[in-house]
Amino acid sequence: MLLEVTLSGATLGGMYALVAMGLTLQYGVARIMNLSYGELLVAAAFAALWFYTGVAVSPLVGLIVVPPLAFALSFAIYRVLLQPLVRRARTRDALEVDSILATFGLLFVIQGVMLAIFGGAYFSYSFLAVPLQIAGATVAANRLLALVLAVVIGVGLYLGLTRTRIGTAVRAVAVDPVAAELVAIDVRTASALAFALGGALVAASGVLVSMFLTFNANLGVVFTLKALVVVIMGGVGNLLGALIAGLLLGLVENYVAVFVDPGLTLAATYAIFLIVLLVRPQGILGRASR
Amino acid sequence: MTGRDALIGIACLAGVALLAGLPFVVADYGLSLAINIMSYTVLATAWSLFSGPTRYVSLATVAFFGIGAYTTAVFVETLAWPLVLLIAMAIGSVVAAIVGLATLRLSGVYFVIFSFGLAELVRQLVTWFEVNKTRTLGRYVFADITAAQIYWQLLALAVLVFAIGFLIGRSRLGLALRAIGDDETVARHCGIDVTRAKVALFVLSTVFMTLTGAIMAPRWTYIDPAIAFNPVVSFTVLIMALLGGVHRLYGPVLGVVPLALLFEYLLARFPNHFSIMVGLVFIVIVYVVPRGVVGLVEDTVRRQAAAKSAA
Repeated sequence: MLLEVTLSGATLGGMYALVAMGLTLQYGVARIMNLSYGELLVAAAFAALWFYTGVAVSPLVGLIVVPPLAFALSFAIYRVLLQPLVRRARTRDALEVDSILATFGLLFVIQGVMLAIFGGAYFSYSFLAVPLQIAGATVAANRLLALVLAVVIGVGLYLGLTRTRIGTAVRAVAVDPVAAELVAIDVRTASALAFALGGALVAASGVLVSMFLTFNANLGVVFTLKALVVVIMGGVGNLLGALIAGLLLGLVENYVAVFVDPGLTLAATYAIFLIVLLVRPQGILGRASR
Repeated sequence: MTGRDALIGIACLAGVALLAGLPFVVADYGLSLAINIMSYTVLATAWSLFSGPTRYVSLATVAFFGIGAYTTAVFVETLAWPLVLLIAMAIGSVVAAIVGLATLRLSGVYFVIFSFGLAELVRQLVTWFEVNKTRTLGRYVFADITAAQIYWQLLALAVLVFAIGFLIGRSRLGLALRAIGDDETVARHCGIDVTRAKVALFVLSTVFMTLTGAIMAPRWTYIDPAIAFNPVVSFTVLIMALLGGVHRLYGPVLGVVPLALLFEYLLARFPNHFSIMVGLVFIVIVYVVPRGVVGLVEDTVRRQAAAKSAA
């Protein structure tokens, strides 16, 4: 029982970690606090649903097709909608407020479009819903596959950011945009790239989530919120921190849902968030700054 | 007091008296529109009372509005009306104080994130409590209160929020808040207890939101958590306050009136695409009038004055 709950908690935590990694790229590097972030996840989940039930294409193919589309869309959103705000903002705080407001509007637009198309009903589809036995515990194959894919994507991202030249440039912008410019890093392109990469990540998570969770058009806000909590818990801009915090949140949520009451999971999320804010406001792995 | 101040005071009194007479001249539809505008006036002005000077965007308006509405739903049949309002105020203030003390010591972004999910959190907690403890999801609100009485209570609340906003602007607290908004570090070095000022103002502004919710609840006759904690309310308040302009006390009203009318039209015309429309309106406002109508007017006046002095 405990092992089963832990495994399914780890799957959920892996999703949170992946979603939060994307958000930490958007917020930590591009300095955009994106409140419409989770909407892209739900849109990707709907895309996967349509692929599977509409044209009978496996979600695994969706996983290859959807993220590049989300990458292009996010890139366009950053260039058209957000760059004017970056140019207008005099300080980082001003940009934060502006981006919160603009993406809050975007949230309602995207959500409204999805509600108009799909309505408020819950959707799910059955893909690889076969039980597997692991060390005496029963796990659904689709959950396990989602977890494995999340790990693969997460490790790939981590290696890409730490081992390549572009990745190093992106991380440099996260640390200090002014200094990054001084060493001839194109901050604007790096920011747009990080923002788009975040969009691709959240879309990938959306496809993975759709394989084992029931979702509806209103779910985006919840994912945005959890991603924000994970990012703050892990330390802004810190990928490893996001990974640890995401897993932690998924596990705690699942334990609370199973052993206490499923209605109190969000309360558990907030309780953890409050504890982190009170004890370590810079995040689990974050450095004290600002 | 100069002659001009006295004139403004008299004009305000006359305006309030005129508004108080409204229920005697308009029909039901007009009154319900007036109630709508009046409740958003209180909410948007209360919102900018805190978020204007401190520049912390609060996305939690409906959390407090809903707390007020629920308090009414639970107590209205057993307790006297003023007592219901007092209880709503008390619950709202305690929640606001907890949220404020936990997040306002830190950088503003934590507060925004916390407020982003607060309504959802309160909604889930209320749902959980109702399902597990009272075993009723959704309540009927039977109160012996007419629409005109609701309107007058909201008008009184609006007068109160303007009066308090006016007084704060002239108090030490108001000065401290403006200093915090300009530069928090400098304010702290001037000896201002930054956290206390912010928490005090946050609690004050949420009291008005809670009261509005409590007063508005009898309008619905039936509420459940999804109705009471509808996130669109937070969003609408935010747009209205921003369109009007948050750095003047009378700013939000200038956004409330046109947008309340526009939303009324949109809701009747495009009920299924309402949130898309509102989102688009909002984005346009953020890009085109970042400092609100008030800022736009002030900029124009200043430019004309500059042109005149240059000529």
